Amino acid sequence: MISLDGRVAIVTGGSRGIGLATVESLAASGANVIIVSRSNNASFAALAKRLSEEFNVGIDTIFGDVGDPSTATSAVQFAFKKYKRLDVLVNNAGILDDALIGMISEESIDNTLNTNVKGVINFTQAAARLMERSGGGSIINVASIIGRYGNRGQVVYGASKAAVIGATLSSSKELAGKNIRVNAVAPGYIATDMIKNIDPAIDAIRRASIGMGRVGLPQDVANANLFLASDLSSYITGQTIGVDGAMLV
Amino acid sequence: MNEERIFNVFKSIFSLDESVDRKSLIYNESAGWDSIGHMTLVAGLEEEFDCMFDTDDILDLSSFQKALEIMGKYSSD
Repeated sequence: MISLDGRVAIVTGGSRGIGLATVESLAASGANVIIVSRSNNASFAALAKRLSEEFNVGIDTIFGDVGDPSTATSAVQFAFKKYKRLDVLVNNAGILDDALIGMISEESIDNTLNTNVKGVINFTQAAARLMERSGGGSIINVASIIGRYGNRGQVVYGASKAAVIGATLSSSKELAGKNIRVNAVAPGYIATDMIKNIDPAIDAIRRASIGMGRVGLPQDVANANLFLASDLSSYITGQTIGVDGAMLV
Repeated sequence: MNEERIFNVFKSIFSLDESVDRKSLIYNESAGWDSIGHMTLVAGLEEEFDCMFDTDDILDLSSFQKALEIMGKYSSD
């Protein structure tokens, strides 16, 4: 059992899918979690209340777009005011907008890079300063198998996730001396909302390309995130861990 | 008084003498106040005033005079 008792984590895109599974894993391990999401509705508030009661930890919500620097500032300042510390940041918020070359809109490029890349940098920059004051921390960036190996129709998404890996490498070197570790996970084909509307023919091809013979679950990625958040990975930084069941793309 | 508390942080971070002209303290001009010294200064001010800076304020913190102005937002003194 991994214990994160008393620690404080921020998870972006934490209201569903991989983000929500990560929030639940961190909370179950004793961490207080600040969830950053664009969703602002009653069901999300109820979810936060349920998690807080179930795991007896603080679960708070910050609403905003991760591409806006003020969202990162709000989340980190909230952590400072309530807990005076920050131990874990999971940069999970991301969007997917597939398009073939020649049909990629400028709006799609801007939106994808804004959320997937700028969001990671905004939060890393804000979080690292509070982590340094807390004596260190762990930053986990959710990249993608597409950012490592590419895929047809995913030029923008692949570029954004490759950028996440690049940001992971550079920030790990810059922050190592401050005892802040920075790693990435690269999920493969995971059963989230991101793939629920995918063309059935493409879905079948992707499932067939997974060596372990099953689609990944959000919990599979959350488990890797929990490991990287914990002291079990205390000497690991600048790495990208594939969570893809031996998927080939 | 805020100005003295702020100056004490500057003195400590940049090893300044009491007699230094405070108005002469400028980012990238004063000895030690480079990008690394800047982040140390920010951390020192945050520690002294128990606050967290906005990123814009970190980027705007270009002189001692500017520090007085910025710290006004974070201190009730």
